[in-house]
Amino acid sequence: MTQAPDPTLLWTIIIGLAIGSFALRFAFIGLMGGRSMPPWLMRHLRYTAVAIIPALVTPLVVWPTPTGGTPSLPHLAVAAAVFALGYWTRNVLIAMGSGAVGFLLLFLFSG
Amino acid sequence: MAITTTKSAFWKGFRDGAPFLLVSGPFGLLFGVLAAEAGLIVPEAMIFSLSVFAGSAQFTALQLMEENTPLVIILISALAVNLRVAMYSASLTPYLGGAPLWQRACAAYLTVDQSYALSIVQFETHPQMTLSQRMAYFFGTNGCVAPGWMIATYIGALVGTQIPASWGLDFVLPLAFLAMIGPMLRTPAHVVACFAAVATALPATALPYNLGLIVAGLVGMMAGAQAEVWLERRQTAKDPS
Repeated sequence: MTQAPDPTLLWTIIIGLAIGSFALRFAFIGLMGGRSMPPWLMRHLRYTAVAIIPALVTPLVVWPTPTGGTPSLPHLAVAAAVFALGYWTRNVLIAMGSGAVGFLLLFLFSG
Repeated sequence: MAITTTKSAFWKGFRDGAPFLLVSGPFGLLFGVLAAEAGLIVPEAMIFSLSVFAGSAQFTALQLMEENTPLVIILISALAVNLRVAMYSASLTPYLGGAPLWQRACAAYLTVDQSYALSIVQFETHPQMTLSQRMAYFFGTNGCVAPGWMIATYIGALVGTQIPASWGLDFVLPLAFLAMIGPMLRTPAHVVACFAAVATALPATALPYNLGLIVAGLVGMMAGAQAEVWLERRQTAKDPS
């Protein structure tokens, strides 16, 4: 695990991501200037975060890395609890705190 | 407190952003730890965080790197995860687009989940804010988050190699993301977008090169936008004016 990655590969990734992610953010705010976006595009953009982040998380929850990718009831339960608390309290910090507690429970009881 | 000057706008942003230190702190710590576990030395992890400054893209790249994914696919996947910041940038443009170029360049670098989420709510609810007040507020929201992220990466990278893999620390990442989703589901359309993305995400993992993420994300966005149109139509049908 602790074997150092190939430096050429690593630095290509870092530089590529640095340039790429800046370009992504700068593309609109930097180049569009004061011009406004068409309403249909804005309507879709409103849902970027609530679509991409769940899409990223779902496979990680259903096939968790710590179990080697085997679906696990404790992991699912903790994930559902963290999500539900965040939804009901509308508070990221409470949800994060419950996530920390949930992780501790998993660490202590699921081996 | 009402925002009366540019300076007070900055400090309002600073105070609003401060609690997110509790989010970006553990996130940065986790990145540092996982980077160390992947074999990155401390300066490498630091330059990674400083230059890219996009947590989820960094995590994606790190994970794929350990799975010996080809370089091009690592770059495309990590940037795809980060596509949402381009969308954030687009949706901030009507509010910040009139600022000088150097300010917009700085704002682009600092566009992350926290600064976007706070700023868009602030700008929508306080339409009387001037351009310079908006920019000051936006920079303020990063006053704690950006330094916190760097310091946390540093500490994480230092201690990382001493944490055994048996702790199952990898699962903290999805939990942290999950905690952010709940509070974001403000309208029925948000809920529709979220669940459409979740429902698509699992079968979409069968697609090669991590493309499933993009597909599920797009399905979610379209479902949300469609739901919004449908709900608006039903609303106007109910009370014609």
